[in-house]
Amino acid sequence: MKFDIYDLGSFTSSFDQLLMENFSPFWAVAIEMVIIGIAILAFYAVVGLYLVYAERKVCAFMQCRVGPNRVGPYGFFQTIADLIKLLMKELIPIKNADKLLFNIAPFIVIIASFMAIAAIPFAKGLHAIDFNIGIFYIMAVSSMGVVGILIAGWASNNKYSMIGAMRSGAQIVSYELSVGLSLVTIVVLAGSLQLSTIVEGQRDGWFLFTGHIPAVIAFLVFLVAATAETNRGPFDLAEAESELTAGFHTEYSGIKFAFFFLAEYMNMFIVASIAATIFLGGWMPFHVGGWEAFNNIMDYLPPVFWYIGKTAFVIFIMMWFKWTFPRLRIDQLLTLEWKYLLPINLVNILVMAFVVLMGWHF
Amino acid sequence: MAEEIIGGKLEEQEFSINMGPQHPSTHGVLRMMLKLKGETVMEVKPQLGYIHRGIEKMCEKITYQQSIHLTDRLDYLSAHILNEAVCLTVEDALGVEVPERVKYIRTIMGELNRIASHQLWWCAFGMDLGALTSFFYGLRDREKILDIFEKSCGARLLLSYNVPGGLMYDIQSDFQKDVKDFIQYFKKKLPEYDDLLTGNPIMQQRTKGVGLLTKAQAIDYGVTGPSGRGSGFSCDVRKHQPYSAYSKVNFKEILYTEGDSFARYRVRMDEMWESMSIIEQLIDNIPEGDFALKMKPVIKLPVGEYYTRVEAVRGEFGVYIVSDGNKNPLRMKFRSPNFSNLAVIDTMASGQKIADLIAIGGSMDYVIPDMDR
Amino acid sequence: MEKEKLEEIILKFMPDAEIATDKQFLTAEVKNDQIHALAKFLKNTKETLFDYLFCESAVDFGDHFMMVYHLDSTTYRHQVVIKTKITDRENPVVDSVCDIWMGAEYHEREIFDLFGIGFNNHPDLRKIFLDNDWVGFPLRKDYTDTVNIVER
Repeated sequence: MKFDIYDLGSFTSSFDQLLMENFSPFWAVAIEMVIIGIAILAFYAVVGLYLVYAERKVCAFMQCRVGPNRVGPYGFFQTIADLIKLLMKELIPIKNADKLLFNIAPFIVIIASFMAIAAIPFAKGLHAIDFNIGIFYIMAVSSMGVVGILIAGWASNNKYSMIGAMRSGAQIVSYELSVGLSLVTIVVLAGSLQLSTIVEGQRDGWFLFTGHIPAVIAFLVFLVAATAETNRGPFDLAEAESELTAGFHTEYSGIKFAFFFLAEYMNMFIVASIAATIFLGGWMPFHVGGWEAFNNIMDYLPPVFWYIGKTAFVIFIMMWFKWTFPRLRIDQLLTLEWKYLLPINLVNILVMAFVVLMGWHF
Repeated sequence: MAEEIIGGKLEEQEFSINMGPQHPSTHGVLRMMLKLKGETVMEVKPQLGYIHRGIEKMCEKITYQQSIHLTDRLDYLSAHILNEAVCLTVEDALGVEVPERVKYIRTIMGELNRIASHQLWWCAFGMDLGALTSFFYGLRDREKILDIFEKSCGARLLLSYNVPGGLMYDIQSDFQKDVKDFIQYFKKKLPEYDDLLTGNPIMQQRTKGVGLLTKAQAIDYGVTGPSGRGSGFSCDVRKHQPYSAYSKVNFKEILYTEGDSFARYRVRMDEMWESMSIIEQLIDNIPEGDFALKMKPVIKLPVGEYYTRVEAVRGEFGVYIVSDGNKNPLRMKFRSPNFSNLAVIDTMASGQKIADLIAIGGSMDYVIPDMDR
Repeated sequence: MEKEKLEEIILKFMPDAEIATDKQFLTAEVKNDQIHALAKFLKNTKETLFDYLFCESAVDFGDHFMMVYHLDSTTYRHQVVIKTKITDRENPVVDSVCDIWMGAEYHEREIFDLFGIGFNNHPDLRKIFLDNDWVGFPLRKDYTDTVNIVER
């Protein structure tokens, strides 16, 4: 990074120092936590809403339609209107449902995606917490969402929901493997689990390019597995509205349904940002080794721009999948994972280890 | 309730589930009782009657001209062909010959109706498989046909364009141009359908080898139309007993022998091409003449029994009229293709997954009001 | 096959069948207890092979019912209509042809529902359209419904 102005690390640390001088350490940390919590909450809501808007526009584009265009310019406030509608809708209590689990499930789903967002580096120095086991942490918390889905399906006292939840369970347990292993491939290349180190390691070229063919394979596998992990089409078997009406969230209404809905989009955002961070260099500008002038020009763009751009690109690809592919069947879904993706992945790790060992990467 | 009808004989790990009458993919108010073991469908028991309107009973109280408007409400997607069937029966019973012009126009409109219906089927089949985009592609093109219908007879879906002895009105002066424009347009757009869905590996995985129906089964159950022809059952009434202007055109009867969902899919896709070729052969040669015979305001059929078979979009449609010489029929029976096609769903879907049941239902192209009548 | 030849074959198998011909179909009417045998014969005989039952219906003539079977052969492309009269209005019963043509199952359920004609040896004889507690058989001529049917 040539421009220190884009380094938010100094700003955050000076802010931290200011708080430490004026308050006791306990209160300083508490205030920091509240500020970060509010910031992430606001970010979460805005991103969630505008991803819904983006999806509607993208799918309209694919389907020869216009999409939302009535509320605000280009329908920009449509999703806000939708949110207000969802907030005002009645929460229907279900007879014979397990009340506690039924109510707790949407929160589990949304908390899982909340926790994952904490470790994502948005720009240099701009992340809530920089774990030294960042990738491990993200994978651990993002797979907690399936617990919420299972609980939702079980507690709804509806056979369709139950089938949807079971499908989701089988699906995520399987695809978690592929997501993990494809990330491990890059961890082998980067030599670190810490996200900030991984991003720094891509200063002279993104891992997608420097890692030779194994990295490209890992990226493709990650895209497929991540789409499956977020329960999005063509892997949206848990909802499968043409088969199971709405799968695990059939019985949910109002804001509880909105939680599931929002969580789905946030999960998409999270896996897209992981893909952007691990494979496409995160907030790192596009650098080509040796091209100093070109690299300088690229450095003018702020890192947040790079980060958002890459994430949006991955999200667009995932939307593209959803709106052009038919849905898989459950056995085909599991066949794809266990017979194709998993063996490919395992071999791929070996190849990557070999490449790193021989120093063949750039 | 479902347990009762399944027979209360659920074994361990089996459970019953009600699919419908309100379900996104039963294409109407069809209710299917499923016996499931995990995701595998063990037994399907369809429960009909949610949209039973007693059309056959109603027809016994009204005149023949009036009953045409009820046939629209059977298979609403092939309304024109169903109208034609009743008109052909009445004309046949009276022993009158309609002008050539009428025959040509009826055939052209019937084939347009077939294309429109197949387009909607394609949309809905894509939806059943989870590919939502296909829905919009199909409806975009279907609109063009509905516009042609609207221009000619004022209605878009329930046409009622046929009357005994001819047509309600003559065609508009730019009918031929419109139809030719549409054919030109659709010839460019139909390959898009293939690009979007046919070649997709997921789609092929979902349909190939799924919902197998052998030729013997198809004949035994009386599964006709594209669904039967996908199993190699040559059942095209247009070919075997030509009516209207079908004897004057060259067309192939599309036959596939695989008998799976993909074969039925391909039959319908090919039929759209074939229908376009039929229309092309006729559109320039519509003879001049009257658009209807002069008929008595009250038609009384001679005593006897009359049966007409036509090829509706989903299969063989039959009208069976028993007349006692009055202005109302003694009995009017509609042999609806969907009713027979539904009988086979248990055979096809048992042992498959739930998702396959939906795909099979989509590939059979059920229209519920036609079953329930 | 020619109608005359068909008539000959049917009469040879069932001499007391009443044969009628109109310009469309050859019609053979047999007694109530012979219909199953005739149907089986027509399907399995090599010269006829009527393997496709394209319509099965019942007609109420006021004093009796008529069961009408429209048969087609996918090999020879000839058609025949076989009929049987049911005079017992209180407890009308006829043999099911489900074992000959599977497609008859739903048609017979429909007739059972709307005409009240019972079928012997039918695998699953339940009402198909109407509710289980529906009183009467709507397609019978003596069916009355003062609420929904307007007499003119």
